[in-house]
Amino acid sequence: METIPEALRHALHLLWSGDARTYTAMAVSVRVSSLALLLAALVGIPLGGLIGLVPFSGRGILRVVLRALMSVPTVVIGLVLFAVLSRSGPLGGWNLLYSQTAMAVGQAILIVPLVASLVDAAVRSADRRVQDTALTLGAGWFRSALDVLWEVRLALVAAVVTAFSRAVSEVGISMMVGGNIRGQTRNITTGIMLETGKGQFAMGIALGIVLLLVALGLNTVVQAIEHSVEA
Amino acid sequence: MKKRGKECADHERLLFGLVALSVLSLPSSGCRQKRTPGLAVIRMATTTSTQNSGLLDRLLPPFEKRYGCRVDVIAVGTGKALELGRRGDVDLVMVHDRARELPFVSKGFGQCRIEFMWNDFVLLGPPSDPAGAKKVATVLDALAAVARSKALYLSRDDGSGTNARATLLQSRAGVTFDPARHLRVGLGMAAALTMASEKGAYVLSDRGTFVAMQTRLRLEVVSRQDKILHNVYSVIAVNPVLHPKVNHVGAMALIGYVTGPEGQRRIARYRMKGQALFHPLLLPRPGAR
Repeated sequence: METIPEALRHALHLLWSGDARTYTAMAVSVRVSSLALLLAALVGIPLGGLIGLVPFSGRGILRVVLRALMSVPTVVIGLVLFAVLSRSGPLGGWNLLYSQTAMAVGQAILIVPLVASLVDAAVRSADRRVQDTALTLGAGWFRSALDVLWEVRLALVAAVVTAFSRAVSEVGISMMVGGNIRGQTRNITTGIMLETGKGQFAMGIALGIVLLLVALGLNTVVQAIEHSVEA
Repeated sequence: MKKRGKECADHERLLFGLVALSVLSLPSSGCRQKRTPGLAVIRMATTTSTQNSGLLDRLLPPFEKRYGCRVDVIAVGTGKALELGRRGDVDLVMVHDRARELPFVSKGFGQCRIEFMWNDFVLLGPPSDPAGAKKVATVLDALAAVARSKALYLSRDDGSGTNARATLLQSRAGVTFDPARHLRVGLGMAAALTMASEKGAYVLSDRGTFVAMQTRLRLEVVSRQDKILHNVYSVIAVNPVLHPKVNHVGAMALIGYVTGPEGQRRIARYRMKGQALFHPLLLPRPGAR
């Protein structure tokens, strides 16, 4: 069992020595998943708010479908996106396959159902009187919805953090549509796959530790923001 | 009385038959272990090229049938296969990178290394051959032509046997690729070929994976046959002294089989899409003494 201590040593060394490949992979991970989160939030928060606040026929079905979509394996999303972006696919001309953009779009598709479902649950658990009060005070429909979202802001932060974690930790989509190209589309998770494939198990775990440290750093920032919005 | 006795025997026979049938049909390894102590389940780590080519599906079932055992194949890159062997997680390895096999054996992780078959690598490129790699004499010249051209070159960067050979060829040819046009992709052979096809890049591949995927790829062989492209496979038993729990008897039986006349003949006879992919090294040529 020399692997785990060796992995810890590797992880510290990679970070301390400023290993270029590790930092590049870290940057790719953070950049791609942040873009994915932005895209997913732009779609998922309005969608979740709509389902949670507006009674329309079929919203029960939509809710069920969204929740079911959370179970789609990442590699399937990767495969479908690959088929679409491949040179022989419908969007082949866009030349997006094996790019960071493709990875971000795939991850966004992965986490939109997650964001929408969590936002939906959050606004439903909000006090109904918030929206009613806003409406009686003469706020428009849109304004009252914003008031509800503000009311559940902590749940929104939790939704966003969960979604980012899901995106940054996935490997199937990144592998399929990113292609694990060194310096371009190799992120931490596909890097781990590569090290595992090479039999460098300790290095693989070390990269896992690096990703964990990145997550710790980001969540510390989120915590600080949370405190400031709570106050 | 006599009749009743016969009836009894019939019942017994039926019961025995049912028990035997259920034992035989049970997939659990425990039952197999009882039937064939020593062999039972053999775990072999090998490279994706032997698995994906379908060779093992032809080679292993007769062995499994004869010895009443099961061979579990873990198909990974050569690097990972050797690492699994070093840790004693498999009983034997079947790999193709001499430069890493020899230290593996000399450090005592493996025993009884036997080179038993070869196939060859091919340099692939887009049908339009923008680098003019087909016009030159040797594969080294072809690589140099690719390096001089504006074409993309793809290497697997994954420590696989194929990747190791590509690196060796590069250094023999004395070429360095412009980093902007050299894609180092951490992918298996099949995924790397798909990417090369999509991007119109040159790439080194084992012939088996290429033949298997040929119809779906916009790639052609641009290299000629060359000794430097020969790819020798060996089997190595994991050291049972380091790892007492490995199935050493099973590993040695399997090594005996693939290096023996029957295994060698099956390798020689194997065809994929009409092409011979693997060539036995230990089969006496007809007429040879």
